[in-house]
Amino acid sequence: MAKDIDRRIIGDFVDNGVDFVTSVPCKQLAGVIEVLDQTPAIKHVPSNKEDEGMGLCAGAYLGGGRPAIFMQNTALGVVVNTLATLIQFYQIPLPMLISYRGEVGEPVACQVEMALHTKAILNQLHIPTYHFHRPEDVEELPGILNHAQMCSKPVAILTDATFWRTAT
Amino acid sequence: MIRHDLLKTLIPVISDQLVVCNIGAPSQELHALDDQPTNFYMLGTMGLASSIGFGLALAQNKPVISIDGDGSVLTNLATLSTIGNNPQDNYILLIVDNGSYGSTGDQPTYAGGKTSLAAVASACGCENVVEVSDEETPEALKAALASKKMTVIVSKCDSGNVQVPVIKTNPITIRDRFMDAVQS
Repeated sequence: MAKDIDRRIIGDFVDNGVDFVTSVPCKQLAGVIEVLDQTPAIKHVPSNKEDEGMGLCAGAYLGGGRPAIFMQNTALGVVVNTLATLIQFYQIPLPMLISYRGEVGEPVACQVEMALHTKAILNQLHIPTYHFHRPEDVEELPGILNHAQMCSKPVAILTDATFWRTAT
Repeated sequence: MIRHDLLKTLIPVISDQLVVCNIGAPSQELHALDDQPTNFYMLGTMGLASSIGFGLALAQNKPVISIDGDGSVLTNLATLSTIGNNPQDNYILLIVDNGSYGSTGDQPTYAGGKTSLAAVASACGCENVVEVSDEETPEALKAALASKKMTVIVSKCDSGNVQVPVIKTNPITIRDRFMDAVQS
């Protein structure tokens, strides 16, 4: 069941002009994906894997669209080549709303393994990275979305369990 | 007919169309044969020509032709289900199926063995799938463009490459001139 935070996040994407979103689902993103499917201003085309999704986003951008991807942090293990040789090489702005699994509050031990590599991979790729831990951190989202367009880079918005649990 | 010769026969059909071309030898051969602003050359990221072209077809109304390869489609097979479930009638996926990884030394792919990419595309929900010989491909592509229906064409041809230079065009130049062509 979607919450106000989910509606606020999707509202920020709409206000920024994002008109195309692809997603690979995560439990923590279920609410935003639910709201996304009720948002006519954004075309939502789910993808099977995140590198495929970034291909769709690159194409949407080439077509004059403004894409974004919603995904889980474990997928950073999948998309390193795509980020480097497609999104960064061709300078495609791409906000990545990322469910940051494996942080405090995580019930599944295996998720911690990729959480340990998440920021290291993003740092290694020189991707601007923002970590939403408290509900009020969402206030930064409009600025982050503008920043991605301004610098024509992928940007990562990591949203952890505490953020989703405490936001209303 | 090898890929280079197949592409040569396609030039009159694709020269003024939006084309997203697969990494490596296919892009290099197309670039050498007929460099156009309407060509988007993939310089990296094996497997995503189908997905990039499909994203482009989703975002605007002009016809889009993705020229992919059998080996590359096999690395991103699931995108056929994304394509099949969200049909865009301005999208044509042309799979040059030479049964080999042409850019890496012509090692055999499973599409050259028991796997039928046409059957996979149909099973993924793509409705207009045709498998044609290399000689039949230009007519099949013309027919697909005229039909204004999303079409997947699997073009069976021979394995082999010709020596052409690597593409040295700056990626931002490739991107910008392609985006201008999309908007023009």
